[in-house]
Amino acid sequence: MRKILISSLLFASLTSMIYSCQNAGEIKQDVYYVNGRDLYIKHCQNCHGSKGEGLAELSPPLTDTVFFKENRQKLACIIKNGMKDSIVINGQPYQGNMPAFPELYDIDIAQLLVYIGNSFGNKLGMFTPKDVAADLKRCK
Amino acid sequence: MRSTYSITLLIAAAFFISSCQGEKKLPILGPRTAEVIKNPDGSSVVDTVYKTIPPFSFLNQDSVVITQDEFRGKIYIADFFFTSCTTICPTMHRNMKEIFEKYKDNPEVMYLSHTIDFKYDKPSVLKKYAQKLGVDDGRWQFVYGTKDSIYHIAEKDYLVAVIEDSTAKEGYIHQGWLVLIDQQKRIRGAYDGTDTKQVAQLMKDIPVLLAESKK
Repeated sequence: MRKILISSLLFASLTSMIYSCQNAGEIKQDVYYVNGRDLYIKHCQNCHGSKGEGLAELSPPLTDTVFFKENRQKLACIIKNGMKDSIVINGQPYQGNMPAFPELYDIDIAQLLVYIGNSFGNKLGMFTPKDVAADLKRCK
Repeated sequence: MRSTYSITLLIAAAFFISSCQGEKKLPILGPRTAEVIKNPDGSSVVDTVYKTIPPFSFLNQDSVVITQDEFRGKIYIADFFFTSCTTICPTMHRNMKEIFEKYKDNPEVMYLSHTIDFKYDKPSVLKKYAQKLGVDDGRWQFVYGTKDSIYHIAEKDYLVAVIEDSTAKEGYIHQGWLVLIDQQKRIRGAYDGTDTKQVAQLMKDIPVLLAESKK
């Protein structure tokens, strides 16, 4: 009886340890998310809104989850270099320029993408500065 | 005995407070001067002359010249912006649009946005902006004028600072005030268009000003 008790206790603590290890990645993502929110308020919210709703036909919303999923690798380039092409978001065409943010470092962009990519209905998971650096190399 | 006294005092205070609430009036802002006015019977009185917005003439988004007559008998909210501004302008106009939607059925409330980008924001650009913002029904006027005329009316009359500054990222520095103007062209309020609390206050003040003109 005693043996069972001890071994089950050991097993429980072991699983909880493994479980918390798995969460380390999530914790990092949460940190990125929180920092990304600050950056979003500073750089993006004026045009894209506090709920990512955009501004009429002037600024597109950030709620088109399909667009985000399909263009995951282009997002870093859009933030860093801005955008001049017209795009279609939620079926609505948007023209006009998005300003570039060349002053943002890779880690800033990663944090921004974690925030935007996991808000407003998006579920893109983690972006690391490494991912961003690789994506930026492929910018057109 | 003492308690009846305090109760009377309390009731008196309650009366006092409730009577004050009915009298709510917006202040009249800006510099003012005292002027001696002669009555027909020869006597003279001192009258206060408030700051008013002087006559103006600008091109609107339809390339039509509009003047102060456009706003006769109406109250309006004025601001200064430019279409390529990505800092405070989108927030200001997001908030202003909310007011615009709220007073959709009231032609007595109008909006006047002056562009400070005299190089790029020609009427056709303003038209596109108004259409994209979804407010191009005439109640919201977007106007273009020479640099001198716009910057002068901003600083001297609406009391909003605007500066062309080549060191700023987008070339201009300006304040985000939404200025509330009454039927007599007097300034009755100035609200930070980027601050949701102040915009909420503006929304509360509009009916107060409208009620005043009904009297």
